[in-house]
Amino acid sequence: MSNQEIDKGSINTAPTSTDEFIKGLWKENPVFVQVLGMCPVLAVSNTAVNALAMGMATAFVLLMSNVLVSLLRNFIPKEVRIASYILIIATFVTITDYAIQAISVDLHKSLGAFISLIVVNCLILSRAEAFASKNTVSKSVMDALGMGLGFIIALFSLGAVREILGNGAFFGISLFPDGFQEWVIMILPAGGFFTLAAWLLVFNLIKQRRALS
Amino acid sequence: MNQETYSQIFINACLVNNFVLAYFLGICPFLGVSGKIDTSSKMGAAVTFVMLIASICAYGIHSLLIAINAPFLQLISYIVVIASTVQLVEMFVKKMSPTLFKALGIFLPLITTNCAILGLALFQTNKGYDFFQSIVYALGAGAGFTLALILIAGLREQLEFAEVPKVIKGTVLTLIVAGILSLAFMGFSGLGSS
Repeated sequence: MSNQEIDKGSINTAPTSTDEFIKGLWKENPVFVQVLGMCPVLAVSNTAVNALAMGMATAFVLLMSNVLVSLLRNFIPKEVRIASYILIIATFVTITDYAIQAISVDLHKSLGAFISLIVVNCLILSRAEAFASKNTVSKSVMDALGMGLGFIIALFSLGAVREILGNGAFFGISLFPDGFQEWVIMILPAGGFFTLAAWLLVFNLIKQRRALS
Repeated sequence: MNQETYSQIFINACLVNNFVLAYFLGICPFLGVSGKIDTSSKMGAAVTFVMLIASICAYGIHSLLIAINAPFLQLISYIVVIASTVQLVEMFVKKMSPTLFKALGIFLPLITTNCAILGLALFQTNKGYDFFQSIVYALGAGAGFTLALILIAGLREQLEFAEVPKVIKGTVLTLIVAGILSLAFMGFSGLGSS
C-alpha cells in the first residue's frame, strides 16, 4: 500500500532528474517496452562482448547528441530540426567509428557496418526529438544516461543468453563440460528473433501479473 | 573491384543474405507496417525505389569523396542524400495517392531512418561494386525486403484469427514468426555463391 502511495505522489510533482534516469531502465525501457532500435539489438547480440561494445557505443552517441541538441534547442529552426539532429548524430557516430577502430581492430571488424548504422537507430533520433529538444541540458543528460543504460542492459541480456546457449561460453570462457551440445541456432539470425521474443514474453508476463495483483 | 556476376549479386541480396531475415536491417517497418499484405507491398515498393536512388547517389558520392580524399564525410553525406530522397518520395506519394499516404503514415518519413537503406549504401561501398553491380544489388535488396514484408504480412493476416494466449499477442508473436521465416530462409544458403 505505502509503495503505491509514494508512486502516486511522484506522479503529481514534476519529474526530478532521478525520475528521468530511472524511467529508461524499466518503465520506458527502449528495447523491451518501446521496441525501438531493434536492428542492432538483433544483429550484434550474438556474443556478450559484441553486445556490450555496441551498447556502450550507442549510449555514448545518445549522450553526446542529447547534450548538443539540448544546447542548441533554441537555435535550430523547427522546419529543419530532423535534418539537423541527423547531422549531429552522424558526426558523433563518425567519431565513435574511428575511435573503436583505433582501440580494437578486431572489435571493429566483428561489429562491421553496424557501428555506422547507429546513425539510423530510431532510439537516438526519438530521444532527440521527444526529449532533448524540449528539456534542459542536465535533464537531457539524465535521460540519455537512463535510456543508454537501459539499452545496454537489454542488449547485454540478449547477448549473454545467445552466447551461453549458442557457444556454451560467457565472454569467451567455456561454461559447460565437454558433452554439452551447443545450440548453434542461437548464434544464427533466427536465434536473435527467438531470444528477443522470449525476453518480451518475460516482460509481458511480469506486467500481466502486476496488473492482476 | 568485385567479380561477382549480376545474377549472383541479385540472388545473394534477395534470398541468401536477405536484408530483413539475415542482416536484421529495416526491422522497425517490418514489425510496424506488416499487418496487411496490401500496405506492405506498397511499402516495399517505396523502400525499393529509395534504395535504387540511394544506391546510385552513394556510388557517385563515394567516387567524389575518394577524389577529394575525405572518406570521413562518407556517413554524413550518405544520410543527407537518403533524407532528401525520402522527402521527394513523400511528396510524390502524397500527390499521387493520398489514401496510400495515410495508410503508410509515420512509416513513410521513417524510411530515412530505415537501416536497410543506409546499410545498402555502406555494404555496396565496402564490397567495391561498380555502377551496374550497385544497381543490381539495390534491386535485389529491395526485392528481398518486399518479399520478407509480404510473407510476414500474409502470415499475420491469418494469425489474426488464431487463438493464442494474450501475453503472446502482438510483437512477441511477430518475432516468433519472423524467427521461423529466418530459419526457412537459411535453406537458401549456398545458392548464390560461386
